[in-house]
Amino acid sequence: MTYVVWIPLLPLLGWVAIGLAGGRWGRRVVAVVACGTVVAAFAVGLALFSSLSALPPGARHVEVDLYRWIAAGPIAVPLRLLVDPLSVVMVLVVSGVGALIHIYSVGYMADDEGFARYFAYLNLFMASMLTLVLAGNLVVMFIGWEGVGLCSYLLIAFWFSRPLAAAAGVKAFLVTRLGDVGFLLGIFLAFGVFGTTDFGVMTRDAASHLPLGGAAATALCLLLFLGAIGKSAQLPLYFWLPDAMEGPTPVSALIHAATMVTAGVFMIVRMHAVYLRAPLAMDVVAVVGAVTAIFAAASALVEPDLKRVLAYSTISQLGYMFLAVGVGAWGAGIFHLTSHAFFKALLFLAAGSVMHALGGTTDMRQMGGLATPLPFTAATFGIGALALAGLPPFTGFFSKDQILSAAFHHGDWILWIVGLVAAGLTAVYIVRAFVLTFLGPARSVAGGAHGAPEPHEAPAVMRIPIEALAVLTILGGALGLSFTQPGALAQFLAPVVGASGTEPVGAGAGSEGMLVSTSIAVALAGVIVSWLIYRTGTLRGRSAVVRAVLAHQFYVEDIFNAVVALPARGLARAFDLFDREGVDGIVMWIGRTVGRGGDGLRRVQSGYLRQYAALALLGVVILLAYWVSR
Amino acid sequence: MSVAPPLYLALSAVLFTLGTVGVLVRRSALIVFMSVELMLNAVNLTLVTFARVHGGVDGQVLVFFVLVVAAAEVVIGLAIIVNIFRARDTVDVDDVDLMRG
Amino acid sequence: MEAVLFAITAVLGVAGGIGVIAAREPVHSALGLLLALLSLAVDYLLLDAQFIAVLQVIVYAGAIVVLFVFIIMLLRATGEAPRDRSIVSPGVAGVLGTVLAAALLVAAVTARSPMVPVDPAYGTVQHVGRALFRAYALPFEAASIALVVGMIGAVALGKRAQIVVAAPSRTGTAASAQQPAARSVAAGTAGEPRS
Repeated sequence: MTYVVWIPLLPLLGWVAIGLAGGRWGRRVVAVVACGTVVAAFAVGLALFSSLSALPPGARHVEVDLYRWIAAGPIAVPLRLLVDPLSVVMVLVVSGVGALIHIYSVGYMADDEGFARYFAYLNLFMASMLTLVLAGNLVVMFIGWEGVGLCSYLLIAFWFSRPLAAAAGVKAFLVTRLGDVGFLLGIFLAFGVFGTTDFGVMTRDAASHLPLGGAAATALCLLLFLGAIGKSAQLPLYFWLPDAMEGPTPVSALIHAATMVTAGVFMIVRMHAVYLRAPLAMDVVAVVGAVTAIFAAASALVEPDLKRVLAYSTISQLGYMFLAVGVGAWGAGIFHLTSHAFFKALLFLAAGSVMHALGGTTDMRQMGGLATPLPFTAATFGIGALALAGLPPFTGFFSKDQILSAAFHHGDWILWIVGLVAAGLTAVYIVRAFVLTFLGPARSVAGGAHGAPEPHEAPAVMRIPIEALAVLTILGGALGLSFTQPGALAQFLAPVVGASGTEPVGAGAGSEGMLVSTSIAVALAGVIVSWLIYRTGTLRGRSAVVRAVLAHQFYVEDIFNAVVALPARGLARAFDLFDREGVDGIVMWIGRTVGRGGDGLRRVQSGYLRQYAALALLGVVILLAYWVSR
Repeated sequence: MSVAPPLYLALSAVLFTLGTVGVLVRRSALIVFMSVELMLNAVNLTLVTFARVHGGVDGQVLVFFVLVVAAAEVVIGLAIIVNIFRARDTVDVDDVDLMRG
Repeated sequence: MEAVLFAITAVLGVAGGIGVIAAREPVHSALGLLLALLSLAVDYLLLDAQFIAVLQVIVYAGAIVVLFVFIIMLLRATGEAPRDRSIVSPGVAGVLGTVLAAALLVAAVTARSPMVPVDPAYGTVQHVGRALFRAYALPFEAASIALVVGMIGAVALGKRAQIVVAAPSRTGTAASAQQPAARSVAAGTAGEPRS
């Protein structure tokens, strides 16, 4: 199975080719190359899937070593890829959705002069993300982890002449960097505990090397989770994600909805054996996930910018995924990751169509009544919205419900209630977004894209990926079908995460049915409430304070600024001063002194013969006196 | 043989010192040159003295060569002085200072 | 007897040396030099170095001093004009000289080397000649080449410029004077004066 290396390698080659020669190629060639590599990677992923399925379930764990990278005494880190059900699922999701978004981007970025640069970065991102999901040990995963962080920065700040975009890119990079510190420390700790960061070894030896509930296990899990907090925008390191919407919309769809931000969830599922040894850490993960879910949902409620609403929605849904893995429902977490990738990407791409039609605006206060000129977009956005709200038969319903019931059955019914409330809020804000954008009076001032007088639907190259995602959204629920038996996805993942993580621990179909009905009821209630508020105008008026607090996201970012950013800047200034005055001062002083010394010595070269003779004589006399004295 | 070698050496030392002082003090290139010849001769005296002390003839052979080379050197040196004079119209050593750093 | 002679030569020699460095007119310096050289010749005789003594008179006193006088006359060199600022002050020179003399004298008087007796053939022309043509034959030949080179150099340096150089440079006369001389050397007419 060494051909697995082609999966990350193809986009990597795409990056090199487009990066070096893309400027000289035409747009058509760049598009073909860029999309081609990702589609090819997806095809290889399909082949991998079939090869893996051909193996008996117990043997679906194939390690492919590419290179003996680090071999320093007891520390050995090979460049290893791991092929198992989990990585194959991730590969298919990442490359599949990625390919669709690449195709969409061809249309979206058609008028941009940075076309080649965009696709170069996008291909590099794909290569990094695929490396991340195929990694066989934490170090290789970290390579991909950093790679996606870099590409996130490059793509958020793609229109770098816009100060807001540039600042957003830097903010994203620095905040996730903070989390990466935790990740690195976790890697070191893993080396300390296991002597290696190989996933197979860690999974096998977790029980023997880590005492249950011990400090080592807890520390390791929490440190790695810190990295996940940063990368997946959980509380308190979430606030880079809304600003990351400054980047092109396909970037938001791919990186900040479907793939990169899910890396944290994926990492925890990979390390599930270790996490099972630290119940405290798992509780922390679940709580952080739940709190984030409800917090972000509340923030989305008062957000006027369409993309930012979707950003907060992503943060909230990621919270659900962490809630899932925090209660041990690994399969449910991955299932929600997959379904979220489908409908969130769908929502973002549809939003992109709206922006494309309106010439770039994202402020919902300037939208409205777009259902008539953009029926296709409205319909697909609606599908995604219903999926997000968690209504059957869309995939969002199945995955979210699995998480909620897992929380309930794990005994954390506080978390279950929080999740339920958040689900309700989710329905409210997404319906609000839909209503403000597509229904009601038309408030848009600007014309359409390309200077057209009327907003119009996007071209086919942008519509087809949206259609595909809509189909996946509608049908994706099949992956997790059935409430009493593990779904298809869960069964596939069972060799990796164990059966215990996948079954809906159902104490009979009865309680399961009650849970399901509750979820549906809450979602429906949310939809209705939102409709009433925003469509029909009843139930208006809420207090200004609540609105302000929500609008500032509970001032989390301001607190962060005071506690972390300002001291860090002060420290940086101190170091700069030391460097300029101290270090530079010493260097300059040395230079000046040497120069002055040289000037002084220069006077010896007077050009006067007799002076030279005198000096020579002086030397001779000294020597002579020395000899004579002996 | 009633004159001890140290006396000859002392005379040589005095002459050598006189020549050195002359090089340092005088400004005319010709006089500087003559002082140098004085120094050479002082050295010759030392060589002859020691040759006589040891009874060998090697010291005298060396003096022979010193004489030859001194002659050649004087010829070339004076030619150079003449050229400097032609270019600068002076034989003052202090005026030849273009090689200052 | 020898002691008296030595004393006389010593006094005359030092007087001549002082004359070289102290005289105002270059010609007087040359005469002082001559005095010193001749005294030294006598000293050589006292030291049984007959051949060297004769050479001293012929080469040094006879040729070199004459050459000096000739150049003095050619350049019409006169006494030095007084200068305000001296590069090497007489004081510094005096100090250095004194120290030098002291060091050398100390070395001289502490030399413990008694003279060995020699036969009458010591220092004669035959004695030195035999050494020159046997043990020191190679340096002898080298010395003759050195003399030839000196001659050629002197002729080359002494030539006046025959090519008019547009921009007069400090070494212009010497450099351009060398070139025709070099060509004439290559043509095998070394030593012959060109008109």
